[in-house]
Amino acid sequence: MTCYHCGDNCDSGRISFDEKNFCCNGCKTVYEIFTTNGLSNFYEIEARAGTTPNEVQKKYDFLDNKDIASKLIEFDEEGVQVVNLSIPTIHCSSCIWVLENLNRLHSSISNSQVNFPKKTIRVTYKTDNFSLRTLVLLLSSIGYEPYISLEEYGKKDGKVDRSLIYKLGVAGFTFGNVMLLSFPEYFEVEEFWLEQYKQVFRWLMFAFSLPVVFYAAQDYFVSAIKGLRSKLLNIDVPIALGILTLFLRSTIDIIFDLGSGFFDSLTGLVFFLLLGKYFQQKTYSFLSFERDYKSYFPIAVTRLDAEREEENVQVYKIQQGDRILIRNQEIIPVDCILIKGTAEIDYSFVTGESQAIFKNSGDKLFAGGKQLSGVLEVEVLKSVSQSYLTQLWGNSVFQKDKVSAFQSLTDSIGKRFTTAVLSIAIISSIFWLFYMPSMALNVFTAVLIIACPCAIALAAPFTLGNMLRIFGKHKFYLKNANVIERLAKVDTAIFDKTGTITSSKKETITYEGVALNNEETKLLKTTLRASNHPLSRSLYNILKSNDIETLDEFQEHTGMGIEGRMNGHSIKLGSATYVGKDGTVSQENTSVFINADEDYKGRFVFKNSYREGVDVLFEELGRSMEIGILSGDNDGERKRLQRKLPKKTALLFDQKPKDKLDYIKQLQNRHSVLMVGDGLNDAGALAQSDVGISVSEDINVFSPACDGILDASKLTKLPIFVKLSQKSIQIIKMSFLLSLCYNLVGLYFAVTGQLQPVVAAILMPLSSISIVVFTTLMTNLLARKLAKPNKERRNDDDQGHI
Amino acid sequence: MSVIYVLLAISITVAIVFFVAFVFSVRSGQYDDSYTPSVRMLFEDELLEDVGKVDTNNNKIEQTNNTNQ
Repeated sequence: MTCYHCGDNCDSGRISFDEKNFCCNGCKTVYEIFTTNGLSNFYEIEARAGTTPNEVQKKYDFLDNKDIASKLIEFDEEGVQVVNLSIPTIHCSSCIWVLENLNRLHSSISNSQVNFPKKTIRVTYKTDNFSLRTLVLLLSSIGYEPYISLEEYGKKDGKVDRSLIYKLGVAGFTFGNVMLLSFPEYFEVEEFWLEQYKQVFRWLMFAFSLPVVFYAAQDYFVSAIKGLRSKLLNIDVPIALGILTLFLRSTIDIIFDLGSGFFDSLTGLVFFLLLGKYFQQKTYSFLSFERDYKSYFPIAVTRLDAEREEENVQVYKIQQGDRILIRNQEIIPVDCILIKGTAEIDYSFVTGESQAIFKNSGDKLFAGGKQLSGVLEVEVLKSVSQSYLTQLWGNSVFQKDKVSAFQSLTDSIGKRFTTAVLSIAIISSIFWLFYMPSMALNVFTAVLIIACPCAIALAAPFTLGNMLRIFGKHKFYLKNANVIERLAKVDTAIFDKTGTITSSKKETITYEGVALNNEETKLLKTTLRASNHPLSRSLYNILKSNDIETLDEFQEHTGMGIEGRMNGHSIKLGSATYVGKDGTVSQENTSVFINADEDYKGRFVFKNSYREGVDVLFEELGRSMEIGILSGDNDGERKRLQRKLPKKTALLFDQKPKDKLDYIKQLQNRHSVLMVGDGLNDAGALAQSDVGISVSEDINVFSPACDGILDASKLTKLPIFVKLSQKSIQIIKMSFLLSLCYNLVGLYFAVTGQLQPVVAAILMPLSSISIVVFTTLMTNLLARKLAKPNKERRNDDDQGHI
Repeated sequence: MSVIYVLLAISITVAIVFFVAFVFSVRSGQYDDSYTPSVRMLFEDELLEDVGKVDTNNNKIEQTNNTNQ
């Protein structure tokens, strides 16, 4: 039985409405909204495409605060506002359809447009009896809750950089026209009419090449000058040199009527180079690789002032000593002390630990946790930037740019290439100076032109760009192509434990204490059935007893536990204090304590279980690199982990975020480090490492700043990804060899002084195109490896049992 | 033979017109999202339908589904 709206399993608590089944009231409500507003096509376009709406209540009250709202709204004039909201739950064509028909749901909305790849919606609405807050609530009520975080605050200026497309357009436009204009001169050089008009053709080509040199090729000159300034001979130096020589020599040629110039090669070269750049630029616009705590902390919180009046204040304005309210499902933005309410805090964003932790008043709460039940009143201990977690971002490692610090293969080749080309050019022109001085300049420029490393510059973008796409198809999303090169060099892999190599979805539950008899087990199961708490649901699913009877009495104490009565027996389960367990209990794992007939029995311990296939993963990776585990937890798991890991593996426990960062830094003295993590507490280590990969169960949900996001189900393919990266580098090297062959042929013409424009015009595109074909074929061939299923899996001791 | 100048002028003018059209299309944001319009296009029929006509339209869709099978 699946829900008509969201497609989830709805065995527990099914709701029937309109002859359809729904898993919860939320889904049913969305269905009602859609059908009464003529939007029932939603279900026709794609079946079961809906998303269950979350409870939002007062969460978005802060949007009524004018200062805050004005930072989010893009356009606000004469009663019309435009806002661009990010909605992570957009996932199919039904979503597009319903979101672009928002005007059906409220007459004040005049237009809404979805950008599917970016998962954003742009809404235009009239402000009479409508506001940003009502819009957000409306969207939330149909299951499309916008993602409004500190990150968006104040960066509403959504200017897109389209310069590359313009440049590509300019280069393509002139390339085509110059090709047409230069064609006549390729063949019939002595023809009468051609002699008459060739000057016109040549000067037209010159005019066309101007925007290419001075606009489209701009970046290459800038980069070459930057490289020379920092005394680096990057690949852009010979390219810029080539473009410049092409242009100057061609201009001189046509001024003195020496030949038709190389304008065709010039424009073609720039066009192909830009095409390569465009191809490599492909990124995953719906993913963010730059997220820090800002992207999931709230913009504003509710502060209680001296008269206990609620007011919405911007998060940065909170000071030590303030009293603030944290509502259900809200994130705690600062370190604070719990004053009132029962806290059930989910720290999964921070540590990767999926089980919530219970706290009592007087306990200290750390920033980054998410409150799961009820309202809390807390007193602020530290401001946002000073909190335990957030102060990590003060570290200079977050300002470091990994791409510019890394010398890419192309650049290191470029250095040798430039020296080689320059020396060949100088030697051959010296030779010609003695032999036939009039040819010296011709040969010098011809060498620079023909040796322009177009093919070399294209090899890396096309190989890596294609690999990036192939990885993306296998749910491994990289920030940019440069990451592949870095990944190929990695020789040490460090893993976080909780949430990375353990799964937050599957848990192992063990029972410690006095065994329960049949009667008690039955009562336990019956009681659990009535509760909707996630822990109750997991426990319910593993208990064997099948007889369900009706309870005489059931009580749920939010944040404490549940109680059930039947046939004179009672059972209580929940936190230690609730069931009356005395003394201190170890807090290392989430536990549910059981008390039958006012007698303490024992506890169920919830442990995250390891992901399937991690031992194979470690075994495979261990063959080629060193492995280590950095965990923020205590070492209770050491023994179990050691069995899974190859010998010699470094195991470190009780690591604070800063410790993780320092450990990686110290490793980097000798190694190139890959860090695999998941939570905000790994953010420092991810930023410090050579390649930081964040593992995520659902890629649309938060993941910390990193170089790549890997879908958790593909974690075991990591060794293949590393291997493919290394293979990609080999492909690039092979392409270099191939293009060197072309260059040698070209150099022969150049050095012997017989380089005709037509030779250059054939040789240049030919070498570029064959490189593109070669790299694309090779990468696709390699990609077949990924398509193959992994080798057989050992399935051992991690099944849930009692 | 000055007709060649005329021809050149015409061909370049046409090329420039297309180039300007390209620049305008980029500026208007056509290249920012190359996916959504391809989906949106398929829904244009549904967009026109009125609230009152929902039921008949639903039947229509069911019918087309049936004929497809």
